[in-house]
Amino acid sequence: MSLGNVFDIAGSGMSAQSVRLNTTSSNIANAESVASNTDETYRARHPVFAAQLQSAMNKSPFDFAADQLNAGAGVNVLGIVESDAPLQLRYEPHHPQADENGYVSYPNVNIVEEMANMISASRSFQNNVDVMNSAKQMMQQALTLGR
Amino acid sequence: MSISIDKQFGVHQHALQLRSDRAAVLASNIANADTPGFKARDIDFSQVLKAKMGEQSDTLPMVTSAGTHLQSLASAEAINGLKYRNPTQPSIDGNTVDVDRERAEFSRNAMEFQAAFEFLNGKIKSLLSALRGE
Repeated sequence: MSLGNVFDIAGSGMSAQSVRLNTTSSNIANAESVASNTDETYRARHPVFAAQLQSAMNKSPFDFAADQLNAGAGVNVLGIVESDAPLQLRYEPHHPQADENGYVSYPNVNIVEEMANMISASRSFQNNVDVMNSAKQMMQQALTLGR
Repeated sequence: MSISIDKQFGVHQHALQLRSDRAAVLASNIANADTPGFKARDIDFSQVLKAKMGEQSDTLPMVTSAGTHLQSLASAEAINGLKYRNPTQPSIDGNTVDVDRERAEFSRNAMEFQAAFEFLNGKIKSLLSALRGE
């Protein structure tokens, strides 16, 4: 029953989007976390998404006997990468974390970008929730067949 | 005279199965709306339904004269059925999913699932009333 696949696929989409929302909230929360050493400064984190092909990978494209659609492709979070954008160095000589030249290194978090990311992630999450709800209705209806 | 339940259900049982398969395809498109390089896919419903019903598809098969010849990909598509959607607004990361379009297709698919369900339910009810003889 491939309607069960819909739950897996939409569920993987929801978990991927919640990872994205997690990194976004961590970025926004740490937007002002300073460090005196540029190596220790927080860097913006972003997840990398990739499609997971469940059955397409182990099935030959010339497999004519296969009458089942190998459709299910959920989302996989391959990992989380740190942004390599330059850190913001601000001249604040009286700051306790300032280095010997008086500079404090602030994270390379772009708040505008993070807010846009947050809205996009929550919209995509909602899309997956709607898909799951529709699939649930379809499945419940299929259970009433013949009544 | 014997009743063939398979004949009685006709196209609707295959249609119902295909509609739920298509729901999975469209759900994977929506789930991968933010995946770089993902290409939106869909099934050619009428071709796959014809293949399920055991009818000849519209595409002509390639002629093979020896057992080692490969069959044409056209007939593979008619069975396997997944095709790539023509992108309307492809994004720069190679993703071709248009979420609005996929959502519209998904809800239409759900409606057509309901229609196939109603047809099949009607068939089952008429069989039941014939069995009861009321």
